Amino acid sequence: MNELEHPTGDPYGAKDGKDLISGITVFPMEPHVPRKADIDPKAAIRAERQVATMFGLSSLMIILFIVAYIQVPADLLITIPVIGTLNANHLAIGFTFGMAILLIGLGAIHWAKKLMPDEEVIQERHALTSTNEERAAVQSSLQRGAAESGFKERKIIRRSLLGALALFPVPLIVLLRDLGPLPGTRLRETIWDEGIHLVTDATYKKIKASDIPLGGLINAVPENLLEIEHEEHNLNQRGKASIIIVRMDPADIVSQQGEAWDYQGVLAFSKICTHLGCPTSLYQQRTHHLLCPCHQSTFDLSDSGNVVFGPAARRMPQLAITVDAEGYLVAQSGFNEPVGPSFWERG
Amino acid sequence: MSTTEESIQAPAHAAPTTKGGAVGYYIDDRLASASFTKRLVDKVFPDHWSFMLGEVALYSFIILLLSGTYLTLFFNPSMTEVIYNGSYVPLKGVKMSEAYSSTLAISFDVRGGLLMRQIHHWAALFFTAAVSVHLLRVFFTGAFRKPREINWVIGTLLLVLALLEGFSGYSLPDDLLSGTGLRIAQGIMQAIPLVGTYVAMFLFGGEFPGTDIMPRLYSIHILLIPGILLALITVHLIMVFYQKHTQFPGPGRTESNVVGFRLFPIYMAKAGGFFFVVFGITVLIAALVTINPVWLYGPYTPSQVTAGSQPDWYIGWLDGAVRLMPNLESNWFGYTFSWNILVPALVIPGIMFTALGLYPWIEAWATGDKREHHLLDRPRNAPTRTALGVMSLSFYMILVISGGNDIIASAFNLSINQITWGFRFLLFIIPPLAFVLTKRICLGLQRRDNDKLLHGYETGRILRLPSGEFIEIHEPIGEAEKAKLLAKADVVPMELPSAVDENGVRNPKAAKSIARAKLSQWFYSDVIPTPTDEEMRAAAEHAAHELHEAEAHMKQISNH
Repeated sequence: MNELEHPTGDPYGAKDGKDLISGITVFPMEPHVPRKADIDPKAAIRAERQVATMFGLSSLMIILFIVAYIQVPADLLITIPVIGTLNANHLAIGFTFGMAILLIGLGAIHWAKKLMPDEEVIQERHALTSTNEERAAVQSSLQRGAAESGFKERKIIRRSLLGALALFPVPLIVLLRDLGPLPGTRLRETIWDEGIHLVTDATYKKIKASDIPLGGLINAVPENLLEIEHEEHNLNQRGKASIIIVRMDPADIVSQQGEAWDYQGVLAFSKICTHLGCPTSLYQQRTHHLLCPCHQSTFDLSDSGNVVFGPAARRMPQLAITVDAEGYLVAQSGFNEPVGPSFWERG
Repeated sequence: MSTTEESIQAPAHAAPTTKGGAVGYYIDDRLASASFTKRLVDKVFPDHWSFMLGEVALYSFIILLLSGTYLTLFFNPSMTEVIYNGSYVPLKGVKMSEAYSSTLAISFDVRGGLLMRQIHHWAALFFTAAVSVHLLRVFFTGAFRKPREINWVIGTLLLVLALLEGFSGYSLPDDLLSGTGLRIAQGIMQAIPLVGTYVAMFLFGGEFPGTDIMPRLYSIHILLIPGILLALITVHLIMVFYQKHTQFPGPGRTESNVVGFRLFPIYMAKAGGFFFVVFGITVLIAALVTINPVWLYGPYTPSQVTAGSQPDWYIGWLDGAVRLMPNLESNWFGYTFSWNILVPALVIPGIMFTALGLYPWIEAWATGDKREHHLLDRPRNAPTRTALGVMSLSFYMILVISGGNDIIASAFNLSINQITWGFRFLLFIIPPLAFVLTKRICLGLQRRDNDKLLHGYETGRILRLPSGEFIEIHEPIGEAEKAKLLAKADVVPMELPSAVDENGVRNPKAAKSIARAKLSQWFYSDVIPTPTDEEMRAAAEHAAHELHEAEAHMKQISNH
């Protein structure tokens, strides 16, 4: 079935059995083999019924959907083998809705495959390039337009326009200025300072050195965190000031970032990974290794928090601690270096 | 049109004979749309299962628009802290952002809300997957060649935007897992030389996490990127329509025609039906398989994390690259160059996407092929391209697998350090191996095709000759198979130009063309020519002769 007579006289646009463009051998199309539904009216009726059944079932599914939406309680859980426990309403409306849609699709495809013509049609491609005359015509039109505008000759207009256009986006960029504050020193500072108590992360209780068992780990924050979060209405300080406290045998400590920054084997380190800022969370008592779950950077807390493995390039900053008169852990000072991931100006 | 009067006068029309005709006439009276509509209705598309991959991408995008619009009716992208008081008991009384609590409300307090969320998330996974596999299909069949290079670039942009769109949506619920992803993205931004700290400060409205990022991501996710995606998808489709679809070689298929079925009614039913199939399957999976159960992760806080945190699959390769990179960092002139972040998160993706986008021109330059191509290559018939593709794919896959190195370590009880080191080596060992192997396999398959053309296919019928020799009867392959196998245009590598001119003077400009010719020869190295017509004829005669002898022999046997 060819739509157009091809100039070569060949239905496929070939010459001497070869494709004019690629030179490959062109074979004639194979004769159409009729399907069962094409020759057997019974088969055609059967196919028709199958399609109609699918469309009919689809409608039925929509009715079931409405019933399920209204009738199946929204807080009922059901367990299905293999799949697990699911909300019954969610499952019922999802199943009926999904089946309704799927059946429309299957019906339409079945219809196309069984009952619509399956004889392939040939259509010519049109040239995807213009003739020389067309190209010359558009070129002369463009030249005419350019000449009429005087864009080329009137240098002063051209240059002043280009200047104005170059400057026009400037306000759009300047207007972005108030998206956020300048970095300033905020990435270098935390709210830790001399004498600030270390308190537990979830319950905000002061911590006695003696309460930490050997090999133990406590997630902690500065005691003034809650108050500051209340003022600032954000979690920024928590993202920098979170620490972990570990206790190890003082004999195991190979080195520290400062002299006597521990208190009887109790050490405090930033919790924020120096790689990309994830909170490190996996601590191995035996090796004193702290592992970040995001990219597996590993820090040796018994050896100044140095990196022993993974993509992090910087050691984990240590917080110098001691105890107050009542034996509660306090910071000797703030961090001596910026915590968290590197940044351009960090140096 | 001889006079002005005629040109402005509408031609006289017959009255419409049907109701549908009346509607058509009404529109045509205003748009003169008849001839366009006819072309549209009669348009022929070729049929092949792999052409449906792009359709899956398109349909998933439509599903995303529909389900996403529904979600916007209930989602509140605010980081204002609230105390949760919804129906999910384990989180009652917990402090969280409104973004997270509204996500919980969608999941537990809106009937069908969870279904829509799951449809949206699954459709996003299908969308990115379909875009990726569609890209592979276009690459391996050479559909990106002239005249379709521009559409390839649009496709590359669509892939990048799809990844960004996916990631921004993944971040919106403000649960512990998505917040961790956002933290990593912010860390990467901070590492950008010169402007990184400012970019991060401006995007987040200050330090991480701040309170501005959710509303900003929201407008990026529901307006900016989908808007660009929609515009580019429209152009992508118009170009496919205008340039007509490529087709696989076969009987009657040439470079100057399209063989297939008409849009109306066949593709109206098939493609339209396929939309419902994709939609229906997405809904069923969403109903049956829970994905991204954010209620289990809890609200985001920068001091907590879940072990084994994984991004969605399409970000896995980036995460893997970041995991594999050794910890290099330089401090020069008081500034920090975080190679451990810049290389895997910006340099490698930059190189990958640039190479991907420019590939049509790279290949055209290397091969010197300036012809139009509407007949697709079978991957084996372009061995170097296929090998390059598999090489790149193996590189990508190793990065994806590395993104789960912790999962592998805990599942197989192995040391994470050894696994990471193993992948670091494999990243450089496997791709070249994949290249060589793929190329050899392609060439082997080409030889096999030539064998089939010359000697026919093995029938499996074994015959013992009186001499005691066993032979297998070969029969000629069918015409359709022959058309497919013979559709391999022979290629000629560029000739190596001489480095000196005819007077023996060194030509300084030759270096570039020599390099190009060498590249061309490398690209087409080990070319296996298709049998010529004479060879085919000779082989056919030989086969006929052999068959005749065998049959005579068989007759003898049966006579005995």
